[in-house]
Amino acid sequence: MLSYIIRRVGYSVVMLVLVSFVGFVIIELPPGDFLTQLLTELEGRGDRSAEDRVTELRLRYGLDIPLLPRYVKWATNFVRGDFGESFALERPVREVIAQRFWLTCALAVASILLVWVVAIPIGVYSATNQYSIGDQIFTTISFIGLGVPGFLLALLLLFYVVQFTDVDILGLFSREYRDAPWSFAKFVDLLKHLWLPALIGSITGTAGLIRIMRGNLLDTLGQPFVESARARGLKSRTVTWKHAVRMAINPLIVILGSEALPGIIVGNALVATVLNLPTIGPEFVRALQRQDMYLAGTTLVFFTLILLVGNLLADLALAWLDPRIRLE
Amino acid sequence: MATAALDSEVLLDIRDLQVHFDVRRGTVRALEGVNFTIRKSKTLGVIGESGSGKSVTARAIMQLLAKNGSIVSGEMLYNRQRDDSSDSELIDIAQQPADSQLMRDLRGGEIAMIFQEPMSSLTPVYTAGLHIGESIQLHLKPRQTVGDQMAKAIARQNRIPREEARQIAVEMLDKVGIPRPEERVVSYPHELSGGQRQRVMIAIALSCGPKLLIADEPTTALDVTTQAQINDLMLDLQEEFGMAIMYITHDLGVIAEMAEDIAVMYLGRIVEQGTTDAIFYNPQHPYTRALLRSIPRIGQTEGSRLEVIEGMVPDPFSIPTGCPFNNRCPDVMPGICDVRMPELLTAGDGQRAACLLHDPDTMQEVTRARVH
Repeated sequence: MLSYIIRRVGYSVVMLVLVSFVGFVIIELPPGDFLTQLLTELEGRGDRSAEDRVTELRLRYGLDIPLLPRYVKWATNFVRGDFGESFALERPVREVIAQRFWLTCALAVASILLVWVVAIPIGVYSATNQYSIGDQIFTTISFIGLGVPGFLLALLLLFYVVQFTDVDILGLFSREYRDAPWSFAKFVDLLKHLWLPALIGSITGTAGLIRIMRGNLLDTLGQPFVESARARGLKSRTVTWKHAVRMAINPLIVILGSEALPGIIVGNALVATVLNLPTIGPEFVRALQRQDMYLAGTTLVFFTLILLVGNLLADLALAWLDPRIRLE
Repeated sequence: MATAALDSEVLLDIRDLQVHFDVRRGTVRALEGVNFTIRKSKTLGVIGESGSGKSVTARAIMQLLAKNGSIVSGEMLYNRQRDDSSDSELIDIAQQPADSQLMRDLRGGEIAMIFQEPMSSLTPVYTAGLHIGESIQLHLKPRQTVGDQMAKAIARQNRIPREEARQIAVEMLDKVGIPRPEERVVSYPHELSGGQRQRVMIAIALSCGPKLLIADEPTTALDVTTQAQINDLMLDLQEEFGMAIMYITHDLGVIAEMAEDIAVMYLGRIVEQGTTDAIFYNPQHPYTRALLRSIPRIGQTEGSRLEVIEGMVPDPFSIPTGCPFNNRCPDVMPGICDVRMPELLTAGDGQRAACLLHDPDTMQEVTRARVH
């Protein structure tokens, strides 16, 4: 088992190097770079010293050297914990990400919890009461949830809240706590704001998971071991939860690790943009637009890292849950 | 409905059982009046082609029918005898809700079942021991010794403690012939062979001392040598535990070896029931005769073809009128068999057959018609 984990970690490192390099190249691909954008902007404002300023920045950020050595330099610094500097924010990338990382995680964990807590019982209900009125209603709702994009929901909700209530919906903190140091009151304030973006961010996931749970469980309920469990005289609730759900939930672990976790951390950039959330997603989109190389590259590497770790954890969890795939 | 008392030798008496399934195209009449009796500690073999309703009958007895299936009419009288008293009570299983406490006590406790697919009849993530223990903790009650604090505490929970359940599980695995039961009790299903899994299923079924074991084609999925082993095992265990067996199969060779009584099913009805000797040596129903003729025999003329029953089992939506077998029957009496429904009547060596050839009233009319 240990050697398996070590091997997986080894693969992960190779993967990270590949992804970071390809990412680096792709960000570089469009004509021009951050500084040419800045130059046009400054000149447009009639800044006479623009040329000199940009040349100075070019030297400072090392943008004058070719791509490959620049990548190597950035990558070696990366390993040492120096991720470079954000051009646009003129601050170290490390600071920018650190500032947003925990809030992003808090939001992701809240969303995932919400998805599972809501979707699993509904999926189980739908499967055990197939074609009942309740199942039809949940099926309809979940199809709508799957079909409507999250950002649209966020916009609609935003409109409703701003128009009809005086709840402060934007961001993750009330105005008075925004720049305040961490305290219990600030934490409570965070929780008050967190549920709404978590809810919006989890709707698509919940709808999808209901469908998957329902389908898996229906498959499992038709298996002979379910009938033989009933033939032993177990209560139907025990048969459903201890035998059928226990088997039907295994594939969901993989989804949790490989899709849900990275998906919620990375994705929802649109929702986060609409709701003005201080998470990593919108910052990443901005960085890509402005060819803010080091910020975009570092974020990309972290996303990959989360994906790889999520996958590894999912595989380990699955091996722990299902004796059939335990490795020697 | 008043139910007549059962003969004390009878364990289960099924009378005119009808089971229907609602499907998209309409109603499938899976069982159309099934009648048979299972005697205590004896084996009843149920034979018939696919779709004749053998498995549906078994599931009706267990109240394990699929959601779209229902028992429309009939009685399933179970002669319940408690170990600790000589009194017996009569339970009509057909009247019990599937999820009732009584039905759950019977299921697995007094009537156990083993299935066709040993490969997937055990939950893959649980060990053999857990499966057996689950059944033991559900059905076996701890015995109480007067003044024993520990026993009192256990009795209050009314459950056999886990460690003891594990020991019983090991014993059961040993009884069903699994080598090194101490190790196997923690094995997962995928670590066991098909034969071993069916042995585990038998261990689960017998762990609570059932009065009736329903075996629904228990050896169909196994290779021939394993089949023989499993059948021998069931006979040995029947001797030891004294349970009755309802053995469902379409293998006539196996049934001759296993069963004292045989019920032959065709299209949701019992067409003939009697002792194994009567059925094999003096079959009365044309369908039974046709089935027996289709067995290959040692000494059969080389190059001769096996006899087959003409035609196909009819589609459940186009069952012929009158006797359901009339369109394939070699002895069919046109104008009679496709109009009248035969009843189970005594014929031959004390067995009962549902054929108009054995109905004295019908035959009288036929003779009279010929004379005129």
